[in-house]
Amino acid sequence: MKLHEYQSKRIFAKFGVPIPKGEVATTPEEAKKIAQDLGGSVVVKSQVLVGGRGKAGGIKLAKSPDEAEKYAKEILDLEIKGLPVNLVLIDEAAEINNEIYLGITNDRGARMPVFMASAAGGVDIEEVAATTPEKIIKVHIHPLMGLQNYQVLDLAAGISLPRALWKEFDVIAKGLWEAYKNNDATLAEINPLIITADNHLKAVDGKMVIDDNALFRQKELNEQRDLTGENEAELKAKESDLTFIKLDGDIGCMVNGAGLAMATMDILDQYGGSPANFLDIGGGADEEQVAAALRIILEDENVKAVLFNIFGGITRGDQVAKGIVAALKEIKTDIPMVVRLVGTNSEEGREILAETKMITAKTLSEAAKKSVAAAKGEL
Amino acid sequence: MSILINKDTRLVVQGVTGSQGLFHTKRMLDYGTNVVGGTRPGKGGEWVLDGKVPVFDTVKIAVQATGANTSVIFVPAAYAPDAILEAADADIKLIICLTEHIPVQDMMRVRKYLDPMGARLVGPNCPGILTPGVSSVGIIPSNIAIPGNVGVVSRSGTLTYEVLYALKELGIGSSTCVGIGGDPINGTNFIDCLQLFEDDPQTDKVVMIGEIGGTDEEKAATFIRENMTKPVFGFIAGKTAPPGKRMGHAGAIVEGGEGTAEEKIKALNAAGVPVASNPEEIAEMIAK
Repeated sequence: MKLHEYQSKRIFAKFGVPIPKGEVATTPEEAKKIAQDLGGSVVVKSQVLVGGRGKAGGIKLAKSPDEAEKYAKEILDLEIKGLPVNLVLIDEAAEINNEIYLGITNDRGARMPVFMASAAGGVDIEEVAATTPEKIIKVHIHPLMGLQNYQVLDLAAGISLPRALWKEFDVIAKGLWEAYKNNDATLAEINPLIITADNHLKAVDGKMVIDDNALFRQKELNEQRDLTGENEAELKAKESDLTFIKLDGDIGCMVNGAGLAMATMDILDQYGGSPANFLDIGGGADEEQVAAALRIILEDENVKAVLFNIFGGITRGDQVAKGIVAALKEIKTDIPMVVRLVGTNSEEGREILAETKMITAKTLSEAAKKSVAAAKGEL
Repeated sequence: MSILINKDTRLVVQGVTGSQGLFHTKRMLDYGTNVVGGTRPGKGGEWVLDGKVPVFDTVKIAVQATGANTSVIFVPAAYAPDAILEAADADIKLIICLTEHIPVQDMMRVRKYLDPMGARLVGPNCPGILTPGVSSVGIIPSNIAIPGNVGVVSRSGTLTYEVLYALKELGIGSSTCVGIGGDPINGTNFIDCLQLFEDDPQTDKVVMIGEIGGTDEEKAATFIRENMTKPVFGFIAGKTAPPGKRMGHAGAIVEGGEGTAEEKIKALNAAGVPVASNPEEIAEMIAK
């Protein structure tokens, strides 16, 4: 789960990281009022959960409250990479002498969090990593010991930070680590951390991604979730404990298990077809979940055929079959359907499905070929 | 012979009184697995499954009473990290964790704690281990595999079943099948299993089933090139998966251009590993 810039920075501030004074607004009038309260120049920043806001015109410097109002209106009317802007952050403007990058993420290979710092901040860090990786200093953090003093020094010295700022840097680095750890983040990033004209450090932009698996204990964050831009079908699937991802093809897929679901998509591609979705009904799905899954698949107007590939284990073939029959009673459709049931209670499942007009297949290859033909209207 | 589990496996089931725990404990018993006990805090002294399996309050007590040497974990994600540590502290040397959705920071801490203890973790988010005809620990449907000489190691659950089934259809059996799980941070990895299969006299060929995300398959490819004498056959799921989207498994995501199926297949091919384009083709490759 991604957090907005303002949410991330507020969390950082709780852990002692200095951030600019600021407030969020949903209307140009609110934006003006906030700018008046802050006094002086402000930055009007769109709050959307995608990168590249600056390039899209979603960040503007306003010299007066009236200008802040004007820019807020412009930005709130924007659509950035398909996402509407519902919220702007009005921050006091800062004079920037230097920009630094700081970020913590999980290093999967090392099985440890990695703290990264670079004197080349303010720009796309992936670009820096690709072109000049030597400009990024990396320190791995022992997950049981936490960030150590000497590691903070390694980072500060590594990016040639002026010694006068080391004390402030220590507070910020440790604050970022605590924010990362205590919120179950998979990414906590300050880009840029600026050196101000009066020689202090300040986090002017922030980003956090929270581990979805930890939301059960991060309830406060979960409640702040912004669903703008999330696919409606994907959200509906989540409510039924299904994992659904919309794709561009025309063959709807219902599979149990993530690996098998991917392999099913791949084999459709191999035989010249194109999957309309990734859909994992999980282990032990019941009739209701299967019916919900089928409804979600059929809501996609691109779908010209549906493939069910169910390998019974915990999931039982008869329950899947009952779910399909129940859903088909409710939704009248002429879309051809290919079904392959193997494993636990698959015989019983096939008997239940005999009353429907479904096309059956024994092997995965056969099921894929038949689905591709069905989608082309050749079956 | 086999790897990891065999007739000397003495299994304790953590979370034995839950619905999943009970259901699969019965299946494991029916298969002939030596289930010596289960745990559920507060229910020590009771028995489940018609008096066949004693329940203990803690793993430590279970080990003292039964001499258990292996544990399988059926407890929810919020309690699973604690269950893994409990098993390790009770001196269990093989811990198989089936639980999915464990927070990744928890797993990083658990691995750091476990590593110096010499305890082996398999999983989390895995279907377990099956040594056909001998022992089943976990939820792999046992009727889809027959004893044989092919070692199977996989990051996926049902995809593994698909491969075992395809092998069986061609009359090919397996020595042991290990599901290592679909999470970004897990215990036993491909390389650990490849080494075990290389050393196992019953295993003549190995099937490795990977998927998008991370670089474990690439590392395994290097290991195969440098250390394996037995032939390895591969399959990678997720060729058509879009980048930036988590494909069900927490570990299955293509990030920043890393972890694509294409790169993994290239690395495996360069190590002399033929990669099948679908699960049924693996069985055909091995039959040749």
